[in-house]
Amino acid sequence: MAEQIALEVTRFSPERDKTPTVQSFDVPLRKEWVVLDALNYVKDKVDGSLSFRWSCRMGVCGSCGMMVNGEPKLTCATFLSDYAPGPVRVEPLKNFPVMRDLIVEISDFIGKLTKVKPWLVRKKEKPVSEGEYLQTPEELDAYRQFSMCINCLLCYAACPVYGLDPLFAGPAALALAQRYNMDSRDEGKSERLDILSQHDGIWGCTFVGECTEVCPKHVDPAGAIQQYKLTATQEWVKSFIMPRGAK
Amino acid sequence: MATYTEYPPKGYRLRMSTYWWLGRWPYLKFILREISSVFVAWFVIETLLQINALIGGPGAYTDFQSFLANPLVIALNIVSLFFVIFHAVTWFNLAPKAMAVRMGGKRVPNALISGPNYAAWVVVSAAIAWLLLRG
Amino acid sequence: MHKRSNEPFVWLLFSAGGVVAALFIPMQLFLLFVAFPLGWLSGPSYDTLLGLVKGPIGRLYLLVLCTLALFHWAHRFRYTLYDGLQIKHLNELVNTFCYGGAIVGTAVAAYLIWQIP
Repeated sequence: MAEQIALEVTRFSPERDKTPTVQSFDVPLRKEWVVLDALNYVKDKVDGSLSFRWSCRMGVCGSCGMMVNGEPKLTCATFLSDYAPGPVRVEPLKNFPVMRDLIVEISDFIGKLTKVKPWLVRKKEKPVSEGEYLQTPEELDAYRQFSMCINCLLCYAACPVYGLDPLFAGPAALALAQRYNMDSRDEGKSERLDILSQHDGIWGCTFVGECTEVCPKHVDPAGAIQQYKLTATQEWVKSFIMPRGAK
Repeated sequence: MATYTEYPPKGYRLRMSTYWWLGRWPYLKFILREISSVFVAWFVIETLLQINALIGGPGAYTDFQSFLANPLVIALNIVSLFFVIFHAVTWFNLAPKAMAVRMGGKRVPNALISGPNYAAWVVVSAAIAWLLLRG
Repeated sequence: MHKRSNEPFVWLLFSAGGVVAALFIPMQLFLLFVAFPLGWLSGPSYDTLLGLVKGPIGRLYLLVLCTLALFHWAHRFRYTLYDGLQIKHLNELVNTFCYGGAIVGTAVAAYLIWQIP
């Protein structure tokens, strides 16, 4: 028989359980298997009631984020063999309410994301007949890194500030706000700044920096937020020098 | 459109422990970095005490020096030294993250920002040492 | 319309204090409060030290160093208390203690520096 590894999975059913419990499964330890493969093995062969989200299996869709041995990980990109001889502990993403087993409720994030206006804001849209909004490679490069976000929410699970204060806008939403702020085609900077220069926005961040460490797409939300603080401070100073300045 | 609700129904929400920063090294490092500010404040208090002793004349200044030579105060100051150095190193290392300097359409590498910070640290420290050791 | 936030101001003081504390404090603390008391190096005499601080540059340096370092402490410690101890409900008290402490400290520093003969 092939080598096995113990997978300790969080189970929770809102109708049945008051608190989550842990269930252990023995799964084959295959060199090419990621944690998501092991979860699918359990669902297909052992217990079909195990619930978890996944889709693309290639680190693009951002739906399979879970805690693996206490660290937020994309389970499609986390190899089982790295945890041999085990056990491997798989838990739902931290800092979000658990709906069932490994599934968390993320509408809090979706609401915050909408709030930061993550789209190109134009004061006046030009007609389609006038063509596209052009951009040079340098202008693209200015925000490119922040546009890589796949909304997997590993950064929220790593962020103690979000864990302590659910009102905090959080790393990905702020990084995405900065992504549009840095976009040469965008004209919504001051609208976003009004929303985000609040205590629940950028000023809530204490630069723990773990969001950047766990990001599978190297977005660097921590950097984005500190840069945003710098911009907000410059705007604040400017508003003293030119109180009636163009907003 | 999804609306924000602080506590969605049914979901199980785990509260963060008050001691969350003890569990993981990066979190502990963060708290130690923040605690360094307490030693910065202690340095200011000590400096103010020293100024007060200077105002009080040579006698008061000698008393202050024997206060500084107290083993407990020495121990506290050695701990403070570690923390202020930790503050300086983490500060210089994180500075490039907050300052996305762009030149010629490209982001300036981190080392080019923290490098001058460290250089300034060396120059300033040397100047302080020269001023205090000269006499 | 959102309430005008004073966070940029305290953050600016915090950052300036962080730079000043990082650049100036380690060497000064090492020499004045560790190396000299332990006798590793011989420190300046009373008159030399007084000579260093009594000029306008010396006074200005001390005032700026003390003020910014205190506001750096206030801002960081405020957030450490929030996060580390989960006492967000004591918000007002923590703010008063931290920023109030820095303001009082600055006043004391200004008074003492004024008093230098």
